[in-house]
Amino acid sequence: MPYNMVVLVKQVPDTKRITGEAMRDDGTVNRGSLPAIFNPEDLHALELALELKERYGGRVTVITMGPPQACQVLRDSLERGADDVVLITDRRAAASDTLATSYILSCAVRKAAEKAPVDLVLCGRQAIDGDTAQVPPQTAEKLGLPQVTYVESVEEIAGGRLRAKRNTGRGWERVEAPMPCLLTVTDAGPEPRPPSAKRIMAVKRARSRAEIQGEVAAAMTGAMPEAVAAEVEKRAAALAARGLLIPQWTLDDIRADLQWCGRDGSPTKVKRIQSVILKGSGFKKVEPTKEAVAGMVHELIEDHTIG
Amino acid sequence: MTEPNRKGDVWVIAEQNDGQLHDVSLELLSKGRQLADTLGVRLAAVLLGAKVQEHAQRLVQHGADAVLAGEDKRLGHYQTNPFAKVVAGLVQKHRPQIVIFGATPVGRDLAPRVASAVRAGLTADCTDLDIGEHVEPHTNRKYERLLYQIRPAFGGNIIATIVNPERWPQMATVREGVMRMPEADAKRRGEVTRFAPDLAAGDFALKILEHHAAVRKVNLKAARIIVAGRAGVGGKENFRLVWDLANALGAAAGASRAAVDSGWIDKDHQVGQTGTTVRPALYIAIGISGAVQHRAGMSEAQKIVAINADPKAPIFSVAHYGIVGDLNRVVPMMIDAIKKRV
Repeated sequence: MPYNMVVLVKQVPDTKRITGEAMRDDGTVNRGSLPAIFNPEDLHALELALELKERYGGRVTVITMGPPQACQVLRDSLERGADDVVLITDRRAAASDTLATSYILSCAVRKAAEKAPVDLVLCGRQAIDGDTAQVPPQTAEKLGLPQVTYVESVEEIAGGRLRAKRNTGRGWERVEAPMPCLLTVTDAGPEPRPPSAKRIMAVKRARSRAEIQGEVAAAMTGAMPEAVAAEVEKRAAALAARGLLIPQWTLDDIRADLQWCGRDGSPTKVKRIQSVILKGSGFKKVEPTKEAVAGMVHELIEDHTIG
Repeated sequence: MTEPNRKGDVWVIAEQNDGQLHDVSLELLSKGRQLADTLGVRLAAVLLGAKVQEHAQRLVQHGADAVLAGEDKRLGHYQTNPFAKVVAGLVQKHRPQIVIFGATPVGRDLAPRVASAVRAGLTADCTDLDIGEHVEPHTNRKYERLLYQIRPAFGGNIIATIVNPERWPQMATVREGVMRMPEADAKRRGEVTRFAPDLAAGDFALKILEHHAAVRKVNLKAARIIVAGRAGVGGKENFRLVWDLANALGAAAGASRAAVDSGWIDKDHQVGQTGTTVRPALYIAIGISGAVQHRAGMSEAQKIVAINADPKAPIFSVAHYGIVGDLNRVVPMMIDAIKKRV
């Protein structure tokens, strides 16, 4: 039996490659200076969806929320085998905390479900920029779906129920959840397949309207706004005809109530950001000699650190 | 929930797994006690399980003024929906001002579900909590006595302080091992309220088919002394030095993520942001350069000895004793000095 699956993904700055240059003097992070990547655990969630599609049939729709450049993770998803992708982009969604983000994503999943009921929502366990792991359970709650977090594998789907193995931190458990439900997948999940060369060729020109606008504006500086708009329309129509126009939804399209979105919809506020300041170099330098090392050990015994 | 209840209690959501009370619940009570005393309100714990009486008493002995203890034989093993339903119901009924959970796999599964249900803000993986004032820059409004939720973010490269000015309760999950474990006081008295949660069969959406608890080979959190090494010390043979020094000191062996990833030592030994956060009396870092993710897990040790050939290694920034030198020479010198101590 085929399943209709939605995978929620995020484009994130590659926090593992952070350098001093990425930190501003005021302690905030200059996200623009870091390469933007597909959140690693979201790739495992996508892979799990693609494998389930291969086993049971169905469709895989990938949704992301972000600025126009977040389309890169959508193209990447298409290259790996996603059937449909959607960009949610809206300035009014900026500064959303996890609660507001989950509300917006839940509205998007509801909108995606208008075409065909959604059987399964998959997410990565957490994103490497925030590491909160909060958005998926909050989204599940808003959709009224059971959640299975820290999933490593799905054994079987049968009779409207899904069997999964999940990590409990203290070990593992096998659970059976009714469908529809939401899963969060860890990096112990199935290994993401590489993009297919054939699909790369097929989808490399896929663009969202926001990206087309950016490209046209850059190419036609000084042109009349009407001319720019006409060019955007022309390019969008040409892409749409070839099935390469990436759908783009605003908060209005997904019928989100603005009071729950963006800054207003976010109960948490950032009061202060500090870059991690190293403690002063106040350590006692010990020479790598027998006497000096013995002296240090003696001090540690004297002050009862070594008992 | 939006209206702040300034007279509301401070709540700790205790965690019980198959009859065992999780250490983090007690750790949270020590911080919760401070917060409640600062605010002049009660500290209450919520405990759900198949049997609650004994652990409810322990929670009182470790600092709770009151325990809301929900008993149902189906709550012996955690699953999201029934736990979230009961906790969210209690929050809506009693309106605490602060609710804290352990940032364990269970807490990180449960807390966002509850926060979403009551439409409250939630901050993940806090390493510290405090009470203080806040001026919201967009409105210039001043708020008194808010919960500061302090957490590393951005891969540990920044520390953020988060507040929830208007929509309460203020909720946070707190990392294991970062708060002190309070001493038990057998004479402490508290009000334990036992209740039978209102749960229907339909609330138990999941069927737990099978569960296995892996036995932890090492409990780094409980170790007084930790000797930690990294993969770059030169080979599996050289990691031997870590074990030798640990044995000489009666210490636990710790490791950086790289050492764990390359399979030299089990994941249970990993110290740092994705491993265990430790605060031993003594931490000896052998060859560990001290990436921020590692330092986040050990910089609270009372004494830190760093041995590294690179004088610029960031580990020295948190060290109390620093030895720039070849670990293959320095570590045997230390072992020698320790063996000769008496």
